[in-house]
Amino acid sequence: MVVIKTQNLTKNFGDVVAVDDVSLEIEEGECFGLLGPNGAGKTSLIRMITAVSPSTNGEIWVLDSDLQSHSRQVKAVLGVVPQVDNLDPDLTVLQNLLTFARYFDIPKVEAHRRSMEVLRLFQLEDRCKSRIRELSGGMRRRLLVARGLINSPRVMVLDEPTIGLDPQAKYLVWHKLTELKSQGVTQLLCTQNMEEASALCDRVAIMHQGRIMSLDAPAKLISRYVGEVVWEIELNSEERDKTINGLESHGLDFEVVGDKIHIFHVKDDELTSGVLDWRKAMRRAATLEDVFFRLTGRSLAE
Amino acid sequence: MRLFSWRFIRVWQRNRDVFFGLWHAEAPGFLAEPIIILLAMGLGLGAYVGLVDGQRYIEFIVPGLIAGYAMFSANFECTYGSFFRMEYQKTFDAIIATPLNIEDVTAGEIFWGATRSVLTGSVMLAVAAAFQLVHSPWALLIPIICFLEGILFSAIALFFTSVVPSIYSFNYYYSLFITPMFFFSGVFFPLSSFPEIVQTLSWAVPLTPVVYITRAVIGGEFQPGLLGALALIVALTVLFFSMSLVTMRRRLAT
Ligand SMILES: Nc1ncnc2c1ncn2[C@@H]1O[C@H](COP(=O)(O)OP(=O)(O)OP(=O)(O)O)[C@@H](O)[C@H]1O
Ligand SMILES: [Mg+2]
Repeated sequence: MVVIKTQNLTKNFGDVVAVDDVSLEIEEGECFGLLGPNGAGKTSLIRMITAVSPSTNGEIWVLDSDLQSHSRQVKAVLGVVPQVDNLDPDLTVLQNLLTFARYFDIPKVEAHRRSMEVLRLFQLEDRCKSRIRELSGGMRRRLLVARGLINSPRVMVLDEPTIGLDPQAKYLVWHKLTELKSQGVTQLLCTQNMEEASALCDRVAIMHQGRIMSLDAPAKLISRYVGEVVWEIELNSEERDKTINGLESHGLDFEVVGDKIHIFHVKDDELTSGVLDWRKAMRRAATLEDVFFRLTGRSLAE
Repeated sequence: MRLFSWRFIRVWQRNRDVFFGLWHAEAPGFLAEPIIILLAMGLGLGAYVGLVDGQRYIEFIVPGLIAGYAMFSANFECTYGSFFRMEYQKTFDAIIATPLNIEDVTAGEIFWGATRSVLTGSVMLAVAAAFQLVHSPWALLIPIICFLEGILFSAIALFFTSVVPSIYSFNYYYSLFITPMFFFSGVFFPLSSFPEIVQTLSWAVPLTPVVYITRAVIGGEFQPGLLGALALIVALTVLFFSMSLVTMRRRLAT
């Protein structure tokens, strides 16, 4: 079953086309990743899907309901973790959760039970009487994720949920998201953390300048755009030009990333045949980050 | 224009919890202000001003002060208060990601502003009654009048809040609209002391009908003008409430 569907979705801010004709289908129980450089339009897309921002063009369905006409019903089953912290600074940690639960019409006793449960989960229970401004940045983010769980959502939409978290807290969130997925909760996860996307997402869309550049399982994206291994060489400028010429004449697939050259889709024996000084090269497994650079890197440097 | 639903009550509850959570901080000012105002105005100014229409001056200004301060409460709540929640705290952004819509937030803010008017008006009424300045049982209608008044001024204030670029714009709102209104609505002296033309114009400011009604119930004297005043309040309320529903959506749905 398709849980989130967008068709020709477009968002303009004046002359800026933030989201450009995006059509997506996210399946039930799937964790769908959204990657892309700053300003790619990820947040704009997510805000439209969560019904807080109107689209300029195109349509959105969530759980078979047209978002335009059923926004209340849809929002009732969504768990949203926004990129920008909008915790209520007039309330304490616990009051934040209780008040949020009330927006969802969750009865008091149940709201209290769930609030304590998520506070325990994210190790915030001893902070439940604190004001928001007394929390550290990472604690706020944990509370923001906790708040997104308060209505036991069927669909979670998370915009960079682990940014600023320490490794323990980050694993805590990953663990919870994995557990929710096993319970059938669909997830739309926007992240700048490639490791997070590889670890959690079944499919990943790479977004750039408002468009989806590519969409597939992380492993498939890696093998399609960069192959299984990447050779990485760091060279000074004279050697560099010579090497680039050599790589080009051998028809090899490579990318210049800063002062390094990344070589893709290459068999180990192709490199030993005098193309470059392979003793300066390093062989490593390909990652999603390489795909990210391939698809969005060049135009960033422009 | 889209309408709000009963869910607005959730926004009202949120504001109520915050207000009463800070009650210990707000209470002294809340109670002291009407007492100070009544004493200063009644004893200080009243010593210089003689009888107005056969009343002591302090008795004359009580209805106007109640209506005026109730108006200020609604205004502060829905200008600075709402603007803070909207722009600095992003409270509304968080709320509209739940089953509540922008219209529910708008109505919740307006009804909360009206509640502040009721609280202020009631406290002032109680203080005035304690000074034996209230003589008619009809004065028990004051909370209801303050509620209507509060909806009206909250709607006007929130409409303004939804279109201003920055918090500094409220300086214009208060110095060019609210403060002059306070003086041209019959709070401090009878409208009949103005020239004819000013008297007519003063009915164009929304506080005038409120002061008129408040004065009538506190004095227990009813004139045929009451229904007209009430109709004016209702009409202005419908107008500004509707406009703020539209402009708040325009502001928040980006
Ligand atoms: N409210 C707004 N008004 C005007 N322009 C906006 C607004 N929100 C976003 N934009 C523009 O839309 C484009 C996409 O922004 P968006 O926030 O969706 O990017 P993003 O992919 O989430 O980036 P990041 O990784 O930095 O969060 C940018 O050019 C941004 O300047
Ligand atoms: Mg973003």
